Amino acid sequence: MNEPILSIHGLTKRFLGLTAVDNVTFDVKRNEIFALIGPNGAGKTTLFNCVTGLFAPTLGRVVFDGSEITGTRPHRVAKLGIARTFQNIRLFDYMTVIENVLVGEHARMHAKLWDSVFKTPQERREEAHVRERARELLKFVGLEKHAESYARNLPYGQQRRLEIARALATDPKLLLLDEPAAGFTPQEKAELMQLVQRLREQGLTIFMIEHDMKIVMGVSERIVVLDHGEKIAEGTPEVVRRDQRVIEAYLGKSA
Amino acid sequence: MPRLLRRARGLTRNRDAIIYAILIAGVFIVPAIANFTQGTSSGVVLDQVANAGVFVLLAIGLNIVVGFAGLLDLGYAAFFAIGAYTYAMFGSGWLDVTALHHAVHIPFWILLFVGMGLAALSGAILGAPTLRLRGDYLAIVTLGFGEIVPRIFRIKIEWTGGINGITALDQPTLPVWFTGPWAGQDFGITRNQVFGLDPVPYYILIVILIAVSVVLASNLYRSRLGRAWMAIREDEVAAAAMGVNPVTIKLLAFSIGASFSGFAGVFFAAKLGGIDPTLFGFQNISIVILVMVVLGGMGNISGVIVGAIGVYFLQNVIIPQLPTWTTGAASSVGLSFLNNPNGDWAGLGDEVQRLNFIIFGLILVGTMLFRPQGLFPSQLRQAELQKGTSDQSVFDASTS
Amino acid sequence: MGGGFGPLLSFLATTRGGLDGHLVGALRKARSSVQSSLVTRVIGIALAAVVIIYLSPKVYALGPSYFLRIVAVGVALGAIYALIAIGYTMVYGIVELINFAHGDVFTLGAFISLPLLVTPFWHLTEETGGGWGIVLPLIAVFLIVMLITGLINVGIERVAYRPLRNAPRLAPLITAVGVSFFLEGVMYLWKGAVNLHYPDLLPSNRFVGGTFSAKDVIVIVAAVILVAGLAFFVNQTKLGKAMRATAQDRDAARLMGINIDRTISATFFIGAVLAAAGGITYGLYINSVNNGLGFPIGLVAFTAAVFGGIGNIPGAALGGLIIGLIRATNDGYVDPQWTDVVTFAILILVLTLRPTGLLGMRVPEK
Repeated sequence: MNEPILSIHGLTKRFLGLTAVDNVTFDVKRNEIFALIGPNGAGKTTLFNCVTGLFAPTLGRVVFDGSEITGTRPHRVAKLGIARTFQNIRLFDYMTVIENVLVGEHARMHAKLWDSVFKTPQERREEAHVRERARELLKFVGLEKHAESYARNLPYGQQRRLEIARALATDPKLLLLDEPAAGFTPQEKAELMQLVQRLREQGLTIFMIEHDMKIVMGVSERIVVLDHGEKIAEGTPEVVRRDQRVIEAYLGKSA
Repeated sequence: MPRLLRRARGLTRNRDAIIYAILIAGVFIVPAIANFTQGTSSGVVLDQVANAGVFVLLAIGLNIVVGFAGLLDLGYAAFFAIGAYTYAMFGSGWLDVTALHHAVHIPFWILLFVGMGLAALSGAILGAPTLRLRGDYLAIVTLGFGEIVPRIFRIKIEWTGGINGITALDQPTLPVWFTGPWAGQDFGITRNQVFGLDPVPYYILIVILIAVSVVLASNLYRSRLGRAWMAIREDEVAAAAMGVNPVTIKLLAFSIGASFSGFAGVFFAAKLGGIDPTLFGFQNISIVILVMVVLGGMGNISGVIVGAIGVYFLQNVIIPQLPTWTTGAASSVGLSFLNNPNGDWAGLGDEVQRLNFIIFGLILVGTMLFRPQGLFPSQLRQAELQKGTSDQSVFDASTS
Repeated sequence: MGGGFGPLLSFLATTRGGLDGHLVGALRKARSSVQSSLVTRVIGIALAAVVIIYLSPKVYALGPSYFLRIVAVGVALGAIYALIAIGYTMVYGIVELINFAHGDVFTLGAFISLPLLVTPFWHLTEETGGGWGIVLPLIAVFLIVMLITGLINVGIERVAYRPLRNAPRLAPLITAVGVSFFLEGVMYLWKGAVNLHYPDLLPSNRFVGGTFSAKDVIVIVAAVILVAGLAFFVNQTKLGKAMRATAQDRDAARLMGINIDRTISATFFIGAVLAAAGGITYGLYINSVNNGLGFPIGLVAFTAAVFGGIGNIPGAALGGLIIGLIRATNDGYVDPQWTDVVTFAILILVLTLRPTGLLGMRVPEK
């Protein structure tokens, strides 16, 4: 229960002159809800991108579920069991809602080229099976009614939920949520918090970046705070809330 | 009966179904009409239709690359040439006069798959190092490849016959063939039937090839692979984050597209009976196929088929016939003096013929301005255009 | 939440394009920088070594004056390729369109100049050719043709590309192909599909033991003047700066009050001006033009633009020069039949080993 599912050791990412993430070390424990917070430009999304293989870290290591994934390509990271959503929603606009979720199933499917070309019985069975699963996932996030509509025609809040459904379709062990509540109404935020709790109850580990302190303090068990790429605090919400450096980072030093 | 009626109404709502229905009907009606109107010279019509069929095959294949996976391939003629030369070299007496000194006569039916495989292989070899590139760079690499391949066929005279190409290719044979009144004979069965110069077997064969291709391409479209292609086309980063390997998936699209081209190339060479490198240029193949795909409606197989047939007949039947038609029209309305050359005026027929390029260019520009998404875009895209943009939905969410 | 969606909307609008591209670009850089610098250099050096070892005995055998002659021809042709390549690169840089009609705009320049050269007003004939008397009339012809061709290209942009600026990406590509057919058709209608003699007006005196001709020098000087003028325009004038800004980030440029339509028009105008000058120069140098010339020459010039780094103006000039030299070397020492194959093979190699071209995008990848 308490062993880490994700360990980040001395992670550093530099772009030309800019150090976006600076020697950051922390663990995310199995089946917890973990939050990464910090002011704008603190390097949170860069850290996510290093974990998911979008960027190769300049220095440091990322270990997931006992194996090293530093610099592993994104699709392999996804296959190993890390799924993510994006800060600026990145759905497949010209595909239907259910097709978006089905892309998430891609890595878990077995149909070979031959099966796809000739629609073999195995392929048909598998298609039926993943469609069934995709519908369940859509039901889980409350989008089953919109399965056949176009992803880009969904309202904003539903697009965010679809992104979560798509990520869940990859059958992850660890789910990275990048500002899942951005632009949400209070009611949508409450729903999101419930959703995250339910996912945790099903055995997932949640690692999220979030600006909304109500959500962060409300659902997460542990928090890491980044500022200017450096880790300035780590601990339970109560500890982090009282941390002097965190208060300074958010309110400015002279305050 | 009402159920049937309702289904019929459902069908009429489905544009693609209508297109397919018309195409299937056309397959049977065209030979009948040709036979009725042209009599013994009906072969000319079927010959044209069979040639158009080659372009339909090419367009279906390129649509996989461009329409499904969103990769711009400007060198599609190269794979077509590879298929055609595969047949020309290994399905004729040609190799006897090369350094090999031994003719190779592999049957058409085997070479169909060999040509397909070789084209797919060269697609993979070209694609492997270059598919990591940004979209437009890939287009440029394929453009370069498309320019290189026919030039090499032209230069390596000792193996390919150079500019004169290779002629007297083997004619495909079938172990069993049925004859009947359509061939001016009694009903019967022939053994080891040689296709010969009769366009009918080629017509039947290309129809079968197209039908099979349509089914296979649609299967691909509605599969794990097809979704991965679309996902890559829509957002490569997000697709990779969902476990789709962009390089493999693109390579598959590229190779499968190339294999269609190689396949069509073998058929093309066999039907023509002789080929040369000028048949596989950028302006007469690569760009024309792309025009067919984009004009027809990228991503939508039925639209692409209509685009291919339309552009083929525009280029090969309608525009070349314009001089005859206009001179005929001028004579019938009493302006026949226009038909005769007079000073700088070369005569109406010749003048109209000179307009061919202009007419084709204007049709391309006009169609794109009129329908930038193609004549028959995929149903979804059309729905999208009717529904409005995503900005509105963002607005809805924020105000609700 | 009141009024909250306004900033949200603009946030979405800017980040969707900007961030995505940033991610992809950074991803590619992170992955390729380590491998490419080493592998590319090794392969590049190895290839160069093979070529030098292969060529040096031939160069030695044929003597120094032949070598200088090849260099002169290579630089002169390269200068013409550079003039065309700049148009490709500028248009690509600003609207991301591979302008297939650009080669035909080049031919159009040569075609328009043909009747102008023989007007009785200055009566340029091959008999009067060679003296200083041709200088002013030639400059006048250059300016008139450049202006006309530039305006035609602005018209083409307005009719065939501008309405499709927000259309699917392939739509303007197809209209460019259509415009290419159209222009070739117009020139066919005008002069037929035959090789036309282009007046041989430039002096053909030779220097340095017959290696350099005055023609080579004039072509090179003309190209240098034009490119220098362009460089001044792009770097020093307000419109030139607007162009660079628009190429980098169209949305930001619009927010800064730059008139995007006017800037894009100007880009097409300048591209055509240089292509038209290239067309006349080509005519004066080779003394033969035909209506289908634009396509093959355009492809080579486009290769030059990619070679130098598409979107990069000095890169296009340098790329043109290098491609000209490579082609002349291949023509002179290897086998002219293979020159096009070599050119396009270089195109593929460059893109595979160093996709940003020799000088890279001056504009960082968006």
